[in-house]
Parts: sequence; structure tokens; C-alpha cells
Amino acid sequence: MDYEAQIKKNQFRTEEYKINMGPQHPATHGVLRLNLTIDGEIIKRVEPDLGYIHRGIEKMCEYDSYPQIIHLTDRMDYLSSHNNNEAVALAIEKALEIEVSDRVKYIRTIVGELTRLASHQLWWGVMGMDLGALTSYFYGFRDREVINDIFEETCGARLTMNYSIPGGIRYDIHKNFVQRVKDFIVHFRSKLPEYDQLLTGNIIFEKRMKGVGILSKEDAISYGVSGPVARASGVKSDIRKIKPYSAFAVQDIDFKEPIYTEGDAYSRYKVRIDEMWESMRIIEQLVDNIPEGNIKEPTKAVIKLPKGEFYQRVETARGELGVYINSDGKKSPYRMKFRSPGFSNLSALEDMAVGSKLGDLVAMMATLDLVVPDIDR
Amino acid sequence: MSYFSEIYRGFKTLINGFRVTHKYFINARKEIVTVQYPEERPVIFDRFKGEVIMPHDENNEHACTGCQACEIACPNGSIEIIWDRVLNEETGKKKKTIDKHIYHLSMCTMCSQCIEACPTGAIIWGQEFEHSVTDRSELTKVLNNPGSKVRADVED
Amino acid sequence: MDNKTYIEQLISFFSNDLGWGIWGDVTGWIVVAVVYLAFFAVTGLYLVLMERKVAGWIQLRHGPNRVGPWGLFQTIGDAIKLVTKELTGTAKADKFLYNLAPYFPIVAALISLSVFAFSKDLQAFDINIGLFFLTAVSSVGVIGILLGGWASNNKFALIGAMRSGVQVISYELSVGLSLLTMVLLTGSLQLSEIIEVQRTGGWLIYQGHIPAIIAFMIYMIAGTAETNRAPFDLIEAESELGAGYHTEYSGMKFAYFFLAEFINMFIIAAIAVTVFFGGWLSPFGITEGIEIEWLQAIFGVFWFVLKVGMIIVLMMFFRWTYPRLRIDQVLTLEWKYLLPLNLMNIVLMAIMVWAGFTLPWPF
Repeated sequence: MDYEAQIKKNQFRTEEYKINMGPQHPATHGVLRLNLTIDGEIIKRVEPDLGYIHRGIEKMCEYDSYPQIIHLTDRMDYLSSHNNNEAVALAIEKALEIEVSDRVKYIRTIVGELTRLASHQLWWGVMGMDLGALTSYFYGFRDREVINDIFEETCGARLTMNYSIPGGIRYDIHKNFVQRVKDFIVHFRSKLPEYDQLLTGNIIFEKRMKGVGILSKEDAISYGVSGPVARASGVKSDIRKIKPYSAFAVQDIDFKEPIYTEGDAYSRYKVRIDEMWESMRIIEQLVDNIPEGNIKEPTKAVIKLPKGEFYQRVETARGELGVYINSDGKKSPYRMKFRSPGFSNLSALEDMAVGSKLGDLVAMMATLDLVVPDIDR
Repeated sequence: MSYFSEIYRGFKTLINGFRVTHKYFINARKEIVTVQYPEERPVIFDRFKGEVIMPHDENNEHACTGCQACEIACPNGSIEIIWDRVLNEETGKKKKTIDKHIYHLSMCTMCSQCIEACPTGAIIWGQEFEHSVTDRSELTKVLNNPGSKVRADVED
Repeated sequence: MDNKTYIEQLISFFSNDLGWGIWGDVTGWIVVAVVYLAFFAVTGLYLVLMERKVAGWIQLRHGPNRVGPWGLFQTIGDAIKLVTKELTGTAKADKFLYNLAPYFPIVAALISLSVFAFSKDLQAFDINIGLFFLTAVSSVGVIGILLGGWASNNKFALIGAMRSGVQVISYELSVGLSLLTMVLLTGSLQLSEIIEVQRTGGWLIYQGHIPAIIAFMIYMIAGTAETNRAPFDLIEAESELGAGYHTEYSGMKFAYFFLAEFINMFIIAAIAVTVFFGGWLSPFGITEGIEIEWLQAIFGVFWFVLKVGMIIVLMMFFRWTYPRLRIDQVLTLEWKYLLPLNLMNIVLMAIMVWAGFTLPWPF
């Protein structure tokens, strides 16, 4: 081949290449592995590769008795562990046809909303860190620490609370609980505008987030995404509104479901910030009028569910968590299935990411708020 | 003119963010939230689930009858009870007595099942949180003290 | 006193007083080089500590406070750790380039330091193209980054290196042009001359008022991008690329990159101080009246370091406050905003200098 032809052949020849983002990568928040096909900086394909933290929780459930299942669900989506506990407890109560007292319902809802707040605070901090603003991490964690202290005092643990049990809650609330929650609301109402001041209005942040990772309403529905990701695409998906449970079913609580229609990373961000305000409103409405009542309905020593299938869904910080129990009348379920929000939300990632830059992928993953143990279980 | 207004807006928002960090930088002394850990001890709440402990009274007696309810309730097999039937000299009957109440802290998920299952309140939550050891085997603990026996008033 | 700088006096001590001739000159220069090296290695280390302290206070933390009083020996300990660490590398790396790369940034950074006037008569080289030399030499460092990223045989490092190439080449323009704006005022590229202009006429940021302030802002943005610090740290971008171009470097080789970043920060700040804030001159000339020569020199160093420190704290605030830009936004910022503004600013400054609208120094 002569020189000219060789030049011509090699001229401007670009090549796609593959990189592994993860399983050990700072932006994947755990052991998620993304097989990226990249052309320069432009993403051509995203293939999530799961299974690095698969612990077989669903299978483990088949060998545990129903009260024992609760502590496993803490370890799925560890940032909304109370919501997971609540979902299983509600499903078992539904099967046993136990009606828990209003006190239990109120406490569950308050703790659940606090969990949501704590989860969103952590998400806010970590998202800032993903975008390179490391300071937000510490501000988020400062406020989250207050909630964790409340949990520690009442539930005995800071993260994997293991608080809801079939038939009620494990302990009654601590005598400081109400006061501490009120103090927290006052504290956080003064700090949340700072979050906005630091990031929301910032021009760099807006440029990084607006128009990035757009998920249309149709795609959102077809991928089955839920929670803040769906709400940012204009899909009403709040289980607390659609199918109220716990205190939402008892009292008509006044709260809004933040809906944005852009479907980009920025609206997902805004949904979560709005949700923090709404969660505080919910807690404020409930915390002052926790009714008296039993904290635990009596159950048999060995809980056996009647034969049949039972399904319960709750709204965790990430979206809709479904708990499916298939019972054959024994003391452990025949089949247990969790419909986790993170898995469906992750499935929409490729649709969002193709054609955008590597830096955008980080912003998208940050706003999807992935918790890898929730995806893998 | 949108070109210049964009630049102006950009500067304004950047300074806005600057104000937050500046505020904390200036007030660093009173805003610091981190704890100087080994010197400053964190407040541990009395419900905190640190580890399972078995309280003994001054006569080196505990309340564990060796009924194994905790062992059955534990989802992870963290508790093993080595027991024996020992002849009680007063009644002349053989009675189930624990030899060793073994607790694997390394496997424990702090789920509270054992403590709720215990009919005599022999095991409770301890608030110890500094569990780091250099050898994994040190996390396997024997909860009953050597030479301890069950309290006389504890019913089976 | 004759018109010799302190460094010239030192060299003439070796060559003339001791009578070593040409070898005295060589000895003198080596002594100066060693002093500079030692001084700036320590400066780099303490800038790291300062960064960590500033970050800590912003982030509601104490920052390092365990090693020595107030953590003063923390970075020295870190340096010892880095020196003693094993040097690892990838098997398929281009060994020669891989080992060569870390020297570029650090050598370029240290060379740049030689032209700064730290105080009256305390300047290693007073060349007449001072500013030009600085911008030229400081852009050599990017070669090391490109080589490091390329030779590591790591795709993340390669992406980081390519980003750095694009970014540094773009922002060189803005740095150069904003400095050029100020050169219109001084009429000289020589650093001692620039400071001399400010001794009588006030600091240049005052003399040049509006265009000078715009030039300073542009310079700070571009300078931050030049040093590859957040919000322009795309070449490291730890949440995207792990560690970017120095992913595969460890031990002392990594430390060279790291130290060069902090010395570069010092250089950018030192240029800003020299060109905009009067170099080693004291505010309102409060210490210039001192008769004692050596005291005046010490005060010069004091003011210089103080001003540089303040600019560096400003850059640290940038880093810990703002999110990172995306690569296309980095380029948009430069080519669509900074460069046109800069060109406009030069014209404005030229008109101002021509029409004599500079502010006179009232004192």
C-alpha cells in the first residue's frame, strides 16, 4: 500500500471503545457495574451488569419465619429501611387480618417520613459530591445525623432500624421523640433553604442538570419507574396518594405530590427537594396528635399465614416497593418477592444516557438515586 | 443583551453559593459538628443495640435456663447454647443447665428476635459499640461468666 | 548599596570574594536552586495542609489536627509516606514516557518560580520578558499530564489526559490575554518594572479600574482552569474518572503531580499579585518608608506571601463551593464567554490608556 492510501485509510478514523464503570467506581455508589461503550466522551451504550451484591434475600426469606424476615428487608434499600420493614409488616398484617391501632399507624408514618427525609438528605449530599461540589456532602450529613439520633433513641439503631414488626412496632416511642422531631423540623426548615442557595440556583449546577438525562412520560411508564424519577417525568405515582396506607389511610393528611414535566435531571432534583418540604409538612401534621393505643397487637407465637397470595406496596424514598408473599400455610413463605424501585429506575438509564457525555452519566445516576443492594437484593 | 444578562446572572448565582461556604468558614469554630472521637465520647442511647449481653448479679448468677428459645429465634444462627442436664441435689431431679451460651457477634444483625424470645429476660441489649478486634475469632463470645449458675428464683 | 540583587550578591560572594571564578558562579546558582527547591517543596506541602484546613472549616470539620500542633506536621508525614511507598504501574504501560511524565509538571512549575520578585532585590532572574516567560513555561506542564495519561495504558487516564489537553490549550489564551490587558498599562513585561509602575501609581487594579477588574475576574477563572482545580478539575474528576490522568501513578511519582498542582496554584496567585495587586509593595506604602534595607526586604516578602495567601484562599473557596463543569461547558465558557469578553476588554483598556482615563494615585 502506498503512503497516500495509507494516510487516507487512517484519516479521521475514530473507534468506539469500552470502559468498565464499576464495580469499584466512586459514582456508582456501591458495586454496580456499567459496561459503557464510548466514542470519545459520547456514550453509545450503557449495559448495567448486576449481581455483585446479590445476597439472595428473597430465597433467604423462604427459610425464615415471618418475624425473622423483617431484619432482612433492612438490608435491601438500607436508606429507607423503615419503609421496607413497614411494607413487610403491612403485608403480613393484611394476610392475618390484623388491624393495628392508630398509634402504631401514626408512629410508622412519622418514622417513615423521617426515613425519607434522611434518605433525601444523603442523596443531596452525595449528588453534590458526584458533581464535584464536595461540601454539600457534609451539610447533608449534618442534618441527617439529627434524624439518625432520633432513630437511635427510639428504635435502637441508626440505619437498619428493624422497627416495624408484624402486628405493630417493636418499642413505644421514646419520651423525647416528639420534642426531638419538632426540634429537627425547626432546624431543618432553617437549613433547607441553604441547600437551595448552595446548589439549586448555581449556574454551573443548572447547566449540569438541565436537559440532561431526559426521560419522557411514555418511557417512564413503560419502564415502570416510580417515585421521584417518575414524578419528574410527569407521572403521578405516589402510593401514599393512590393507595393510602398507615396514617395516610386514617387521617386526611394535607400534602402535595410534586410533579414536574421536564423529565430531566434537574426536575428529578427539584422533586426530591420539594418532597423534603412535603415530608416535613406531613410530620408536622402528625407529630402533635399521636393517639393512644396498643403498640403491638397480640399475634400467635408462631405466625402462620393463611394460604394465598398477598401484596402490599408502599412508597419508599426511591419509589414504589412492592412486597409479594405467596404462602402455603406454613410458618415461612413459599415464595417472597420484592418489587424494588431501584431496579426499575436503573432500567431506564440506558434510554436516558445514550448520546450524552460521560459527565452527564454521573449526573443521571446521581439523580436516579440508586442504592445497589436494593437493585440486587 | 441576553448574552450579558446571562453573564451577570451567572456571577450572581456563583456569589450566592459562595455566601453559604463563607458563612461556615467564618463561623467554623461554633459550627463544627464532627466529634474528636477517642477523646470525646458520643452519647449512646439506652436503647442502642450494640451487642447481646447476659447480665450477672453479684453472686455470679444469671437468669438463663437454657431453654434455647433464643437459639431457635435467631435467623442467622448467631447463638449456640451448649447445655447439659445436671442433677439438682435438693429435688433429686435432673435439670437443664447451660454450660456455655455462645454468641457470634460477627454474624449478628441486631434484629432483637432473641431478646424478645427470651422468657426470663436473661439476655438484653448492651450499648457497647467499639467492636473492632484484630482477629475474627474474638467476636465469638461466651455470654455466661465461667462458674456462673442460674438464679434460684428463675422458673423454667 | 550597589544595584545588585541579593542573589547577585550571593553569587558574587562565591565568585569574587572567595575567588572561585566561574566555578563560584556555578556554586552560587546551585545554592540558590537548592534553596528555592527546598523552600517551594515545603510551600507546596503547607499549601496542601492549608487546603485541607480551609476545606475542613467550610465543611464543618476540624481538618487535620492530630499530627503535631494544629496538624502542622500532617503533610510532612504524608510526604514521608509517599516517598517510602512502592512505585506501581501498569504492565503494558509505555515505560519510558510513563516514568518521564511526572517530571514535566514539577520542573515547569519550579522553573516558573525563578522569575518572581519576592521582595525588593529578591529575584533570581529579572528577565525583560518575565510575563511571557511565565505563561510559556507554565504551559509546559500539560505535556506531562498528556504523557502520563497516554502512557499509563488506562482508558480513564487517557480520557483525563485528553480533557486536559483541550482545556489547558483553551485557557492559556484567556490567561495570556488578561495579562496582556494589564501590560497595556505597564508597558513592560518585566516583573520588576511592573512592580515599579505600581509603586508610584498605585496598584494596577486601582489604576485600571473597570477593565482591570474584569481582567482580574477572567484571570482568576482562567487561572483556576490552568491549574486544573475544581470547578475545572475535569482531568481528575474523581466521580467520573476515578483519578483521571494519575490513576496509575503511586508514591513519589504521584506526589510530583500533586505537588506541581499546588505550586502551580502558588504561581497563578503570585502572577495575580504581581500584576494586579502590587507584588511585594505594601498597601498604601506603609512599610516602604523603612530605612533599614533587610527589614524592608522582609516586609516585602511578608506582603507578597500575605497577598498570595489570600488569592489562594479564594481559589480554595472556588474548589469547595462549586460543582464541576462538563467538558463541553468548559470549552463554551472559554470560547464563547471569556475570550470575547477578554478581547473587548483589551480594546477598552487600550482606549482608556490612550485617552488617559487611568485613575491617578492620590497619596
